Amino acid sequence: MLTTELIRLLAFLVGIIAFAAGNAAYLVYAERKGAAFFQRRTGPKEVGPQGLLQPLADGIKLMTKQLLVPEGVDPILFKIAPIMLMVPAVMSFVAIPFSEQLTARHIDLGLLMIFAFASVNVLGLLIGGWGSANKYAIIASARVVSQNVAYEIPMLLTAITLVMATNTMNLNEIVAQQGGGFWNWNLIRLTWAASPLTPVAFLIFFTCMLCETNRAPFDMAEAESELVAGTFTEYPGMGFGVFFMGEYANIVIGASLVTVLFLGGWQSPLPFLPNSVVWFLMKMYAIIFTVIWIRWTYPRIQFYKLLNLSWKILIPISLFNLILTAGWLKVF
Amino acid sequence: MTLEVVDKSLETFVLNLGPQHPATHGVLRVKLTMDGEYIVHAEPVLGYIHRMHEKMGENRTWAQYMPNTARMDYLAALSYNHGYAAAVERAMGIEVPERAEYIRCITVELNRIASHLLWFGAFVLDLGGFTPLLYAFDDREQILDLLEAITGARLTFCYFRFGGLYNDIDDDFITGTRAFIKRLRSRMPMYHDLVTNNIILIKRLKEIGPISQEMARRYGATGPVLRGSGVNFDVRKHEPYSVYPEFDFDIPVYSEGDSMARYMVRMDEIEQSMRIVEQGLDKLPEGPIMAEKVPKILKPPKGDYYCAVEAARGSFGIRLVSDGTNTPYRLKLRSPTFSNLSLFSEACHGMIMADALALMGTLDLVIPEIDR
Repeated sequence: MLTTELIRLLAFLVGIIAFAAGNAAYLVYAERKGAAFFQRRTGPKEVGPQGLLQPLADGIKLMTKQLLVPEGVDPILFKIAPIMLMVPAVMSFVAIPFSEQLTARHIDLGLLMIFAFASVNVLGLLIGGWGSANKYAIIASARVVSQNVAYEIPMLLTAITLVMATNTMNLNEIVAQQGGGFWNWNLIRLTWAASPLTPVAFLIFFTCMLCETNRAPFDMAEAESELVAGTFTEYPGMGFGVFFMGEYANIVIGASLVTVLFLGGWQSPLPFLPNSVVWFLMKMYAIIFTVIWIRWTYPRIQFYKLLNLSWKILIPISLFNLILTAGWLKVF
Repeated sequence: MTLEVVDKSLETFVLNLGPQHPATHGVLRVKLTMDGEYIVHAEPVLGYIHRMHEKMGENRTWAQYMPNTARMDYLAALSYNHGYAAAVERAMGIEVPERAEYIRCITVELNRIASHLLWFGAFVLDLGGFTPLLYAFDDREQILDLLEAITGARLTFCYFRFGGLYNDIDDDFITGTRAFIKRLRSRMPMYHDLVTNNIILIKRLKEIGPISQEMARRYGATGPVLRGSGVNFDVRKHEPYSVYPEFDFDIPVYSEGDSMARYMVRMDEIEQSMRIVEQGLDKLPEGPIMAEKVPKILKPPKGDYYCAVEAARGSFGIRLVSDGTNTPYRLKLRSPTFSNLSLFSEACHGMIMADALALMGTLDLVIPEIDR
C-alpha cells in the first residue's frame, strides 16, 4: 500500500514538472503565434514544422548562455530569486484537480494551499529586483509588491464568497458540485445556494488573476516601455529563462483556478457528454487564450490607477458581494 | 564619511533614462532625479548623434546640401526638402511651376500622414499596447511604396530640386494614392474604436501632462504640441507658402493642453492631410515640373534669407546667409522638436514616470532632428 502510494506520488511529481515545463515552453510559442495572429503576421515558422521546435531552440539558446552575475548584485538573492518564483508555481499543481482521478493530492484545504503558494511568488520577484541592484528592477519590484498586495485582497474575498457558497475548500468537491451541465457551473449558477452576483465575482477573480500573474494590461513587473525589462533587467541566460517559465506556470495555475472555481473543472458542459480531463484542458486553454488576447489588445494601465482600481472599486464590490452572499445563505 | 543629499527633506536618486531605452526611440538621454516614482527634475542630455549638419552646409555647394535635409527628420523628410528648396528658391528668385508645387504639396502631405501613422503606433507602444504599431506600419507601408515609385527612396528622400522636382508623377501614383486614401479612411474608424475610445488609453491621457498655452509659447513649441495647447498656428495657413492657400483644409486645435489633446490633433491632422492630397490630385494642373533657366551653378545674391514650412512635428525654419559664392556662408536650422523637447523638463515636474513617458511620447521626438 505504501509503495503504490509512493509510486503514484512519484509519477505525479514527474508529470507535474513535465506539464509545467512543457506548458511554459509551448505557451511562449502560443503567445508568439497568438500575437502574430492578432497583428496579422506569421510568427515563428522557421524552426521545425510551423515553428513548433522554436521553444526547443529558445531553450538551447538560454541554457548555453553564460550565467553572468553582474558586479554589485547580491549573489545569493540574485540566484535564488528565479527558483522562488518557479517552485511555488509548480507546487500549486499538487492541489489542482485535472480530473476526478487525476489529482496529485486530495487536499481538504487545497484552495488555501494554492493561495499560500501564490503569495510566495511575489517574494521571488521582490528579491530578484532587490538583489540585482538595478534601479529599474527595484522600481519594478516595489510596484509588484504593492500591486500583489492590493489584488490579493479582492481575490481572497471572492474566494471566500465561493467557499461560503460551496461549503468546502477541497477543489475536487468544488468541481464535483458543479456537475450535470453548464447551468450548474458557479459562473452562472442561478440556484438559491449562490448569490446573484457570482458573474461579477468571476470578473473580479479574472481581473485579479491577470494582475497576480503580472499580465498585461497589469504587467508592472516587466513594463518594457518604462522599466526596460523590470525585475528581469539584469538576468542573463537561464536565470531569465526560469523567471519566464515561472511566469507562465503561474498563468497556468491562475487559469486552472478560474476553471475549477467558476467553469466546472473537468465537468462536461452538457449532461450526456462524459466528464473528462479534456474538458478541463479545453476550458483552461480558452482562459489562457483570452489572457493572450487581452495582452495584445490593450495598452498598459498607469500604476496608481491600477491600485485605485483595486482599493476603490474591486475591494468594495467584492466585500459587498461577500456580505450579500452571507445574508443570502442565511435567509434561504 | 559624509553623505551628500541634494535636498535634506527628500531622498532622491538619479535614473538615467537612455541613451539606450525602449521609450526614447533613439539615443536621447534624460537624467531623471526621482523621488520614488515621482520625477523631481528632468534634464535631457543631447548630442549623442550630433553630425554638424549646419557646419556641413558651409562647406558644400547649395545643391549638395539637399540630401542632408532628409537626414534630420527622417520620418518626414520631404517637408525638410521642401523647406530647404523653398529657401534657396526665395534667395535666387526662382519661380516654381504650378504643377511642381502641387506635387510637392501632395507628396509632403503623404509624408506627413506616414509620419503621424508611425507616431501613432510608436506612441501606443510606449503605453504598452503593441498591436496598433503593426497596423499603423501596414498603412504606412503603402505610402512608402507610393513615394518610392516616384522619388526612388523610402525614407531619406531627395526629391525636390531648386525650381521643381526630380521626377513627374504618373497615373499609377494618382490611382494608387486615391486607393490608399480610400483605404485609410476606412481604417481610421477602426483605430478610433480600438485605441482612441479605449478606456485605459483615455485614463492614461486625459488631464495628464498639461502644457499651458503660456508655457508652449515661452518655449517656442510648434506643431501639434502648440495646437494641442489651444493656439491656432500653422505655417501652412498663417504664413502661406507653396500652393497651400489653394486648398481648403482645417487646422485642428484642442484647448485642453493635455496628452489627449495632442493625440487628437495628430489624429485629426491625418484626415486634413488626406483632404489636401485629394484636392491636390483633383486640381493638379498640366505643365512642366522644372522651372526654366535655373543656373547650373547657384550663386544667390548677398543677403539674409529665411523660410519656414510646417513639418510633421512643427514649423521647420531655415535661415540662409549668402555671401554671393557657391556655398552658403551660414546655414541655420530651426527644428521643431528641439523646442518641443525643451519644455519636457518643466512639464514633467512632479509627474509619475509612466505619465512622463506618455507626455514624452506626445511630443513626437525624432532624435536626429534634435541633434542635427
